[in-house]
Amino acid sequence: MSKLIIGGREFESRLFVGTGKFQSNEIMEQAIVASGTEMVTVAMKRIDMGNREDDMLRHVARPGIQLLPNTSGVRDAEEAVLAAQLAREAFGTNFIKLEIHPDPKYLLPDPVETLKATEKLAAMGFVVLPYIQADPVLCKRLEEAGAATVMPLAAPIGTNKGLVTRELLEIIIEQSRVPVVVDAGLGAPSHAAEAMELGADAVLVNTAIAVAGNPVAMASAFAKAVVAGREAFEAGLGATSSCAEATSPLTGFLN
Amino acid sequence: MKILINHSAVEIDPAMSVAEVLVRENLAGDGVAVAVDNVVVPRAQWATTRLREGANVTVIRAVCGG
Repeated sequence: MSKLIIGGREFESRLFVGTGKFQSNEIMEQAIVASGTEMVTVAMKRIDMGNREDDMLRHVARPGIQLLPNTSGVRDAEEAVLAAQLAREAFGTNFIKLEIHPDPKYLLPDPVETLKATEKLAAMGFVVLPYIQADPVLCKRLEEAGAATVMPLAAPIGTNKGLVTRELLEIIIEQSRVPVVVDAGLGAPSHAAEAMELGADAVLVNTAIAVAGNPVAMASAFAKAVVAGREAFEAGLGATSSCAEATSPLTGFLN
Repeated sequence: MKILINHSAVEIDPAMSVAEVLVRENLAGDGVAVAVDNVVVPRAQWATTRLREGANVTVIRAVCGG
């Protein structure tokens, strides 16, 4: 398989994993290992002065893993820039998953603020991975603004619905000159495989792994699906057809 | 004098540096970042940065998220 390069860094694994919603940090850590991922998201929060939680970072930071801090919780571009600067300071990385979704019901990203923040952060030297709606025009605008990837959603965060935006994702993948990472809404390994077969460069999965009956086994299943989907894409899928096309000879048997 | 750390009021000596305040409040671990009045203070400047009365200090660290 070909390698994925983002921000000058090579990735063997095309499965990115989020760290939300796991029952424990130990299960999360085992799932990360089972997934074979090299890109793991983390969120940031003000430390609660009255309630110190377990430090999750030690379960995530390991050799070969690129931390991808996100800006979840910010409401606009200005807050996103501050969050990115804090992330760079806290985790020592220029990578930032830009997500600005002020509406809590559907968590849909704000395209205007995301574009503004991408322009600013790219100019400041950040490797910007913006989480956005599956909007082909916006994806091109983000690319021009200096985004390192585009991360269009398959379906709203945590819904496990699969490729609701499939036709738009196809246009985005066809047009994009930066890697396309399908993020959010992938609920089953088959969804991840489908995204990869379409030509997505990577997928980001969190909820589907974290809330599975066995998150560690599910992480492994997603890893296989992503490899299978990518191999299929690179192999070149056969064309579809309305009529049957015989795979065996239809004449000459016993003649 | 009083400052705010993550919205909580904290009493400090005006001579204390950001580094000293963080150590006293047990906030100075790895993977922590600090902003004062919404401007990031790099770790290398913690020891030489002083705070004004009423300063709004933000201290963040990693939590789980997708």
